[in-house]
Amino acid sequence: MPHPNPYWARNLRYLAILLSIWFLVSFGCGILFADALNAIRIPGTGFKLGFWFAQQGSIYVFVVLIFVYARLMNRLDREYGVAEERGGGRRPRVR
Amino acid sequence: MDVRLWTFVLVGLSFALYIGIAVRSRAGSTKDFYVAGTGVSPLANGMATAADWMSAASFISMAGLISFMGYDGSVYLMGWTGGYVLLAMLLAPYLRKFGAYTVPEFVGQRYYSQMARVVAVACAVFVSFTYVSGQMRGVGIVFSRFLEVDVTVGVVIGMGIVFFYAVLGGMKGITYTQVAQYCVLIFAYMVPAIFLAVMLSGTAVPQLGFGGADPESGVFLLDKLDGLHRELGFAAYTGGTKSTIDVFFITAALMAGTAGLPHVIIRFYTVPRVRDARVSVGWALLFIAILYTTAPAVAVFARTNLLDTVAGQPYDAMPEWFGKWEDTGLITFEDRDGDGKIRYSGDASANELAIDRDIMVLANPEISRLPNWVAGLVAAGGLAAALSTAAGLLLVISSAISHDLLKRAVRPNISEKGELLAARISAAFAVAVAGLLGINPPGFVAQVVAFAFGLAASSFFPAIILGTFTRTVNREGAIAGMLSGITFTAAYIIHFRFVNPAADSPENWWFGISPEGIGTVGMALNFAVALVVSKFTPAPPAGVSELVDRIRTPGGAA
Repeated sequence: MPHPNPYWARNLRYLAILLSIWFLVSFGCGILFADALNAIRIPGTGFKLGFWFAQQGSIYVFVVLIFVYARLMNRLDREYGVAEERGGGRRPRVR
Repeated sequence: MDVRLWTFVLVGLSFALYIGIAVRSRAGSTKDFYVAGTGVSPLANGMATAADWMSAASFISMAGLISFMGYDGSVYLMGWTGGYVLLAMLLAPYLRKFGAYTVPEFVGQRYYSQMARVVAVACAVFVSFTYVSGQMRGVGIVFSRFLEVDVTVGVVIGMGIVFFYAVLGGMKGITYTQVAQYCVLIFAYMVPAIFLAVMLSGTAVPQLGFGGADPESGVFLLDKLDGLHRELGFAAYTGGTKSTIDVFFITAALMAGTAGLPHVIIRFYTVPRVRDARVSVGWALLFIAILYTTAPAVAVFARTNLLDTVAGQPYDAMPEWFGKWEDTGLITFEDRDGDGKIRYSGDASANELAIDRDIMVLANPEISRLPNWVAGLVAAGGLAAALSTAAGLLLVISSAISHDLLKRAVRPNISEKGELLAARISAAFAVAVAGLLGINPPGFVAQVVAFAFGLAASSFFPAIILGTFTRTVNREGAIAGMLSGITFTAAYIIHFRFVNPAADSPENWWFGISPEGIGTVGMALNFAVALVVSKFTPAPPAGVSELVDRIRTPGGAA
């Protein structure tokens, strides 16, 4: 059965994928598997991998995830014709 | 020039800048006052959000906290940044589409209930006051240490500045001063960090430097630190002491709490369109990440420097800054074995030195012998961080009073002018209360921070998500969910922090979850109760389903 609102269904699918990555890098690599990953070192540095994910890597991934989501949704908005026209809600410049 | 003069000059210049901006951006309407006329560009809003979010705690305390906690400090790094992913994907775009002025406004309308609105107002005001008193305290500390004025005078000056631009300019004034404050605070944070990175690791990028090696011995800094920790009887720096389950729950509570904090959420009401809200969260996190990825590097540098300078060294050989901070009571040394040397140890019975974690960032320039202007810059940065956050919080309090209570509940037909005046008066009132709390801080400020995040995580966060992602959750479900989430979380924290602090240890916690992490359980409880109660009570009225559809689709966000 097709979803009654395909726009929303696609949004939910993006969310599921991106939030899985979000969970994996922070709660996964940075916490649950941190001890195991600490056996590995990033070559040429003093970083143990689990420690690095917890204090650096997860944050970098977070930033990328948000920009990726913003892009995907802009495309989706256009595809379904729900994008706000340029300057959509901008206040008319009256002085 | 000495440190004090530099501090006067730099702090003075930055204050003049904030006042100049405030004068240029006065609010002319309630829309200006509450949401800056929704005309803020996503990039500027990102910067303003970063300054709004990064408080005195982020600027002054966090690196110090991490340098004492090692790996365990990761809960703050991940928790206070990961929440922005949730904000960008689950909250900000929908709330922007809804187009309200405050968070309680959404809760009240989606759940067609005055009572839900009042519960939300109470949470917003409590969370914000908790937070703001800490900021005013930070202002006082910076003033008293660097300018050697009384803490009270410092708080009053800080209050005066915030009063000026928050009361005059509302969100509009706050937004543009926050942009300036972000620039000041990030510059002030990065300069000493880069100096330290060059000195300790030979690289100019702190984020890489703390994974680097000591230029002389070739030993990796993190290995050196783990080694020093072992020698002195501390847990390994990269290992930590908290249990995995506790780290997991604290991180989750901080993330959900961050995404649910009203002063952060309302910043995304100020951009023109839904798509701007999404990308603006990205900018905000990028600007925040610059500081947050630097903080763990500063923590490692500071810890290494401190152990090298202090541990096992004769007391008489201590540099000047040691004595200065001893005068403030933030460093204390007691020569228990009478050998004249400072024994710093993880074993409490042998330890002779106590260092307040808050001084690490402030003392860094002196510990590392950086030029005097750097210390002045750090003071100006700390003030920028504290003032920008305080202003954002004060706006939440003022709009909760003038808009949610006065306009929506008490006098619905108040005029636009009357409401604007009421907003200014409540902002002024909030500034005064915050100042009083800063001058006479309740002894439990540090403990109630766990409260702020736990409450935001267990109240707003589920209510807003369920309001957007389901059509079926109704008034009864949302109210029961919020109340059970808050009550449970508050009861757990109050029990361990205030009623029975002696029992506040991992053996007594439920499943080893500390009060900092219990907000996660409260949040799960809120979700569960809301869903179950909604199943057994009347479905929401017809209009709600249309409202949900409207929130979910961006077009026509004006």
